[in-house]
Amino acid sequence: MSSTKCFCSLCFLVLFVLGTSCDYQPYKQGKNLYTFYCATCHMDDGSGLKGLYPPLAKADYLAKNQDYLACIIRYGLSDSIQVNQKTYNQAMPGVKDLNEVQITNVINYVNHAWGNDLQHVKVVDIQKSLKNCKGQ
Amino acid sequence: MNKYFFAISIIAFGLLFGCTKEKGKLPVMGFKDVIDGKTVYQSIPDFSFIDQDSNIVTNQTFKDQVYIVDVFFTHCPTICPKVKKQMLRIYDKYLNDDRVSMISHSIDTPRDTIPRLKDYANKLEIDSKKWHLVTGDKEKLYEMADNYFITALEDDSVDGGYDHSPTIILVDQNRLVRAHANGMDPDEVDDFMDKIDRLLIDNSTEE
Repeated sequence: MSSTKCFCSLCFLVLFVLGTSCDYQPYKQGKNLYTFYCATCHMDDGSGLKGLYPPLAKADYLAKNQDYLACIIRYGLSDSIQVNQKTYNQAMPGVKDLNEVQITNVINYVNHAWGNDLQHVKVVDIQKSLKNCKGQ
Repeated sequence: MNKYFFAISIIAFGLLFGCTKEKGKLPVMGFKDVIDGKTVYQSIPDFSFIDQDSNIVTNQTFKDQVYIVDVFFTHCPTICPKVKKQMLRIYDKYLNDDRVSMISHSIDTPRDTIPRLKDYANKLEIDSKKWHLVTGDKEKLYEMADNYFITALEDDSVDGGYDHSPTIILVDQNRLVRAHANGMDPDEVDDFMDKIDRLLIDNSTEE
């Protein structure tokens, strides 16, 4: 009887560990900020909206413009851009509320969400990027 | 042992029938009255708006069709894109079904001119025969919100300057509002599409 109990508790333990490890989410703040500030247009799954809002999931523009992402998030974008061979020209408003750490967290979330596998950025990188924003 | 059998039966029963979809007639929303023994429902009054192709859209445009409605504006920085994403799911599902049409009312009449709506429609990649983005007399647009039992109002304190609900509305062939859904919630929109299917099978209202 006690061996059955032992086996049962072991099973539960294994299930518990599996359950919690699957829940592991390394970019928590980035994800929350993304959901609040970005997902309304770029969607929770990073798919964007047709020709209106470009995707962030598997987007070549995201990979090619890593140094400018912080500027785009803070100051917005009004140029016409090419994302995965498609042109987008809907202006994006900047998000002035986010500080450098928060911007770093958003970028790290986006860089690793929805199948994206891009670089990890550090706060110092973001500070450097923000000093070189165009027209600011 | 009997107890266990009983408990398992209840759970099995719940699983079997808890997941079955609702069937039968859809309810009619709004007030109703009985005149000469007949039930008369609150219905969508005559309307006339202009769409992205400068075509006039009236009740006749949707003759013998059911149609899906939402309220938006093209500069909307908050809920509209998510609602549009869900409206696009509905659009894709019924694209080749002539019994179904769609209409989106812009409530930002000063900024959402016809060229602006056309540009938005092009970017959404939608067919203007299937999905009309309309503008028109401001007061009439706001009146329509009341007819659909939803909220839409000007409010400078909210982002974008207009406060409106993310509700999508199903109107039947007889101008009656038959269903609502939260247009930001994919699960609710799944249910909503089931309701469209039910309405297409059985349009009658008798209870």
